[in-house]
Amino acid sequence: MKYIASIGLEVHVQLKTDSKMFCSCRTSFGDKPNANICPVCLGYPGTMPTMNEKAICYTVMTGLMTGSSISNYSKFDRKSYFYPDMPKNYQISQYDMPLCVGGSVEIESDAGARSVALCRIHLEEDVAKNLHFANHSGVDFNRAGTPLMEVVTEPDMVSPDEALAFLLALKQILQYVGASDCNLEEGNLRCDVNCSVRPEGTETLGTKSEIKNLNTFKGVHDALAYEIVRQVEALQNGERIVQDTRRWDVDAGATFQMRSKEAAHDYRYFPEPDLMPVVLLQEQIDTWKKGLPELPGARRKRFVAQYGLPEYDARVLAGDREVADLFEQAASFNTDYKSVSNWIMTELLRHLSETGKTVASLPLTPKALADLVALVGGGKVTSTSAKEILGELMAHGGDPATIMQARGLVQVNDSDELSMFVNEAVADNPKSVEDYRKGKKAAIQFLVGQVMKQSRGKANPQIVAQLVRERIDAH
Amino acid sequence: MTDINTLTVSRAARMLQGGECSSEELVSSLVRLIQERDGQIGAYLHLDEAGALEQARAIDRARAKGNVDPSNLLAGVPIAVKDILNVKGQPCTCASRILRGYVSPYDATDVARLRECGVVLLGRTNMDEFGMGSSTENSAFQVTHNPHSLDRVSGGSSGGSAAAVAADMAIAALGSDTGGSIRQPASFCGCVGMKPSYGRVSRFGLTAFASSLDQVGPITKNVEDAALLLEAISGRDEMDSTSLDLEPPCREGALRRDLKGIRLGLPKEYFVKGMNPEVEAAVKSAASLCSAAGAEIVEVSLPHTEYAIAAYYIIATAEASANLARFDGVRYGFRSDRAEDVLDMYENTRAEGFGPEVKRRIILGTYVLSSGYYEAYYLAAQKARTLIRSDFEKAFKECYALLAPVAPTAAYKIGEKCDDPLEMYLGDALTVPASLAGICGMSIPCGQTTDDLPIGLQILGPAFREENILRVGYAFEEVLERAGKSEGRGV
Repeated sequence: MKYIASIGLEVHVQLKTDSKMFCSCRTSFGDKPNANICPVCLGYPGTMPTMNEKAICYTVMTGLMTGSSISNYSKFDRKSYFYPDMPKNYQISQYDMPLCVGGSVEIESDAGARSVALCRIHLEEDVAKNLHFANHSGVDFNRAGTPLMEVVTEPDMVSPDEALAFLLALKQILQYVGASDCNLEEGNLRCDVNCSVRPEGTETLGTKSEIKNLNTFKGVHDALAYEIVRQVEALQNGERIVQDTRRWDVDAGATFQMRSKEAAHDYRYFPEPDLMPVVLLQEQIDTWKKGLPELPGARRKRFVAQYGLPEYDARVLAGDREVADLFEQAASFNTDYKSVSNWIMTELLRHLSETGKTVASLPLTPKALADLVALVGGGKVTSTSAKEILGELMAHGGDPATIMQARGLVQVNDSDELSMFVNEAVADNPKSVEDYRKGKKAAIQFLVGQVMKQSRGKANPQIVAQLVRERIDAH
Repeated sequence: MTDINTLTVSRAARMLQGGECSSEELVSSLVRLIQERDGQIGAYLHLDEAGALEQARAIDRARAKGNVDPSNLLAGVPIAVKDILNVKGQPCTCASRILRGYVSPYDATDVARLRECGVVLLGRTNMDEFGMGSSTENSAFQVTHNPHSLDRVSGGSSGGSAAAVAADMAIAALGSDTGGSIRQPASFCGCVGMKPSYGRVSRFGLTAFASSLDQVGPITKNVEDAALLLEAISGRDEMDSTSLDLEPPCREGALRRDLKGIRLGLPKEYFVKGMNPEVEAAVKSAASLCSAAGAEIVEVSLPHTEYAIAAYYIIATAEASANLARFDGVRYGFRSDRAEDVLDMYENTRAEGFGPEVKRRIILGTYVLSSGYYEAYYLAAQKARTLIRSDFEKAFKECYALLAPVAPTAAYKIGEKCDDPLEMYLGDALTVPASLAGICGMSIPCGQTTDDLPIGLQILGPAFREENILRVGYAFEEVLERAGKSEGRGV
């Protein structure tokens, strides 16, 4: 019998606000333990939460990007459970009236393009971090109170690949909105997944398991792949699936039960009396709507139509908001769009992936990039030299023409000047000359390469090739 | 010569401004009386003699240099603060063992506002643990005796504040009222106690018992002082989202000494069976005095009053069960040393740290919020609350204010009701409706029993119309004094 999986995700997203959800402490990662704390986020007696408007804004903007319906009236609730990472032993969250309801996210996987339905998006506060030492435990409250947006999908995905595609698409939206850095190492995105399987041809969903606290996309994928096999095998062996909460053990490559449904928490939700309900006027929502960025898909199509870029280029560039912005800004200075795209897609993206940096963190300006592409196009500089200049621009910024002059990288087009290098190369490489004469035309490339090397990349390769041919043919 | 301990805030202000006494003298005199008398009464948990003298001297110096604004009547006046409000650098025990060792790292907004006025913070007063009780017998540390009769309770939960004021051991005090905790002890001790409308005064720094009900308010020797203190602490606070941006009630406008042409309602449901006849008679005679002074007295009905106790004890305990969850031994206060693991630590810390009434209410609140019971209890209680609120709204369409008893009895004997929590809860029947409705209320002395125990009159006003109850209260004080019946006041 074939089985079909149903997968739902709950994605916890740390929002990129300057201050915490309910107090004015800084949100930051990697500071000394308990550096960013105050009586409010420590849950001291008598303290009260006050709302962070920016967090509401980010959540609503995300909801607008996913086509969710934005609640004009929503509220916060208390979710009670005891754990040392919870300063108040209740978490301020949203229970029955979230900020955003419904909506969907477009995904693309090997199975093709489709949309994944969302259940809701709500806002809550992050918890602290427990640390365990040899003889004692500690709690670092720096993270406690960081705004946490929870995106909950319907059990709408059928494979680990689709779940992964959803996460990538969601990450793209979040980065487009600027709601989160989506830095997985820093715990910006954390997932709970639920998963059930049912025989093909049946409608009723099977009994689900929930896997908590997955911190990597790979973890989500692998845990789901394992869990589907586990459940299918259990059913094939005539066992019943029990509803439970599980954890993913990376080293074992398996999920393990944490607690069964019977042991589930009763969170005793009730409305948070310390906060007023959130009433959003339509004008406010409309203002935020106007500030929304173009969706990646729409931008991709526009790049093809407006700049005549190949579909592939458009997809790569539009995939990252900062990269797409850089392209468009550079394209406003240089209409050789395809060349601008080429330089971004090869040299720049390679640099980013090698260094782990973001476009925003580079001192390179769009104008400088456009100017550099123009220098190459105008024959002022070779592409080898241009790579060197780009490296400098990405490291320290500046103006490409100035760097070109200062480093003596102006392309040498002068035949007399180049002849010296050509003569040398021909004299030093008799074997290649011989090969060329015997008809191995490729040998000329080696000789040109030698000249380029001697001229430290400044020689105009077309002229050099011409000169080499003339030199050999003359003898 | 006047015994300066008996001064009201406004008279103390005149003497301080006129140079007839210094703030330091006032503090020293109060400290002497407290040392002499509080051993019998037990109003204070913590007397900050050194800190108070230091503040007093600083104000005296500022005044000598002409740096005190004459319109500031609170400068240099010593005031006691209920041990539920955070005062930076001081313990804030809430009369509970579980906060042993806790020192507040910040000032409650109300405390900060008083400090800005130059108020001298004299010390911290006893209370029922976390505000849970009506007699101040539920303090983990001591019982506060009624200054009018030492074998009787001071009322609660702000019993320490009321007793301190009644015994002239403070010029005035701050209390907090969740279901009557200012009004009822003020009534038992013969003081004026005001619960402002919900949202009038910041709750930031007030250790939460029931967040949708708690309000800080003054306990004073007369209505004018209550108005003065209310003015100082009221107003929007960015740290409390539930506080409102409203002008403080106009003191001059409120204290017009005049009852002519206003209509006052007597809610018939507040004159319950089993009520002490002397209390009922005192309140009705107060109404007659108001009538004689020109007010129109009408009977009104608040038909959902009977649901108030049940609704209150569901909502208040539900909120308390979450509010008190933070006392777990992890970050501050008491931690049990009998713990093998984290669950043990929670259980033993809370078992050893909380008193029986607090535990009772946490269990009750946890139960009413539990899955499957939420609709039947919490949600039903919220519906009753809405009905109670609309009862008052209707009544206030007709009436300027309402007159009622504060409690069914005067102060009872210590230990009399300790073994019967339900009997104790029923004693709150006449104060909790106003708390549920979020309206303002005040207790003001209106007579005494044959045993010379004070009887309080409760004056209730519409939400954010503190002017109404201040005006009625102030006028009634005058009327009562003229009627020559005010000898029950003070000790």
